[in-house]
Amino acid sequence: MLGKFLTRSENETINLGREFSKVLKAGDVVALYGELGSGKTRFIQGVCKGLGVSEVVNSPTFIIMNRYEGRLKVYHFDFYRIDEVDEIIEIGFNEFIYNDAVSLIEWAEKVGEILPDSRYEVVLNFGSNENERIIEISKL
Amino acid sequence: MIILGIETSCDETSAAVLKDGKLLSSIVSSQYFHSKYGGVVPELASRAHQKVIVRVVDEALNSAGVKKDELDGIAVTYGPGLIGSLLVGVSFAKAMAYGLKIPIVGVNHIEGHIFSTFLMDEHPDFPFISLVVSGGHTMLILVDDFLKMKLLGQTRDDAAGEAFDKVAKLLGLGYPGGPFIDKLAREGDPNFVKFPKPIPSAKGTEKTDESYEFSFSGLKTAVLYYLKKINFQNLDEEEKNKIVKNVSASFQRAVVDALVEQTIKAAKDFNVKNIAIAGGVAANSELRKTMKEKAESEGLKLFIPDLAYCTDNAAMIAFVGYIKLKNGIKSDFELAPIPNLKI
Repeated sequence: MLGKFLTRSENETINLGREFSKVLKAGDVVALYGELGSGKTRFIQGVCKGLGVSEVVNSPTFIIMNRYEGRLKVYHFDFYRIDEVDEIIEIGFNEFIYNDAVSLIEWAEKVGEILPDSRYEVVLNFGSNENERIIEISKL
Repeated sequence: MIILGIETSCDETSAAVLKDGKLLSSIVSSQYFHSKYGGVVPELASRAHQKVIVRVVDEALNSAGVKKDELDGIAVTYGPGLIGSLLVGVSFAKAMAYGLKIPIVGVNHIEGHIFSTFLMDEHPDFPFISLVVSGGHTMLILVDDFLKMKLLGQTRDDAAGEAFDKVAKLLGLGYPGGPFIDKLAREGDPNFVKFPKPIPSAKGTEKTDESYEFSFSGLKTAVLYYLKKINFQNLDEEEKNKIVKNVSASFQRAVVDALVEQTIKAAKDFNVKNIAIAGGVAANSELRKTMKEKAESEGLKLFIPDLAYCTDNAAMIAFVGYIKLKNGIKSDFELAPIPNLKI
């Protein structure tokens, strides 16, 4: 489930997330990168679906973090509004990510230096057509 | 019955004193925050709550002319919100209630918003439809009674206020985005761009409750595509200004139409004659105007609290606490914050 993928609609992005969720184990960290509107939340909605989360997974931009229970525990971070790494270290970020949950991190570039070395990276880019996204999944 | 309300779910530290359901004082402190952060920074938020909470509570008691030992109970927001921020309010309230040997009651922040119109002289009769719309929430709730309500629908992705903030960012405007867009939209053409309506399209098999949902993420993306298409970044200043006004107006039109349409639909479907709106986005002038016009033409009555009670405040928390305590509902000292507390 690593490599470069092309999705042609929001639903395909969700489905890709769902497929990807199959490789996830307790303790995994997934860092997502992409501009506003590139589909990060959609991809995560798919991952959560795949992990058996039944509640609504919406954007946690305002409250920075959501947690869900599925087949695994899921932490969904959104660092859109974070400027400095220090701001999130003290909320206990390390205790969340070095844990038995799956951590999904939107705007991971904002906290690059404190991400664990071993992680999945998902980079979302706009394709040439309006609803297309090029999504590259890798493992570090 | 005299109740102290405490609210620290996000970036406002607030305390209020309520006597038999009537507001005696309401203090909101958000002075430690600056738009340079582009939003609420969680750690800074909880630290600032710690710094000011004692003073804010003292001020609320003083301006109400109430002494601590006259209090009959303390109401505190225990979710939804930022964990660190909630923790400050809940811990403070527990300690204070324990010291004074008075009951404590945890209040859901959303319930606070729902009943914020009851702080006004005019408020809706039951049942009513409540639209809670802010930077963190977009929800429609059927309210049968103070203690009986049902979530009809909410956003599937971004909150309406969040969409305002993100579109403002795309347009190079400041934070929070709502007031900027509201102001600029007045000089723009709402029909300049036809943006998609931020309501999920219905599919034959979807559950009925989904028909009261919203989806603002696609609208945000549509604005992004539009700006890319016209090469917004490379336009000259004059042309940019024109586009900003027109896109603000068109985007706002799409948001307001969706909020109004879903709210009116809910009122009709449940045969409810009253509508109340609350939350920061209820300050939007276009939403207030359009909702009022549409409600009147449908024979519905609209209630919107004063601006100070649309945004986060402890008065609404004290009010819900008062109702709960009056009905014998209280919390114990195990009360803990729940960041994603549901209705």
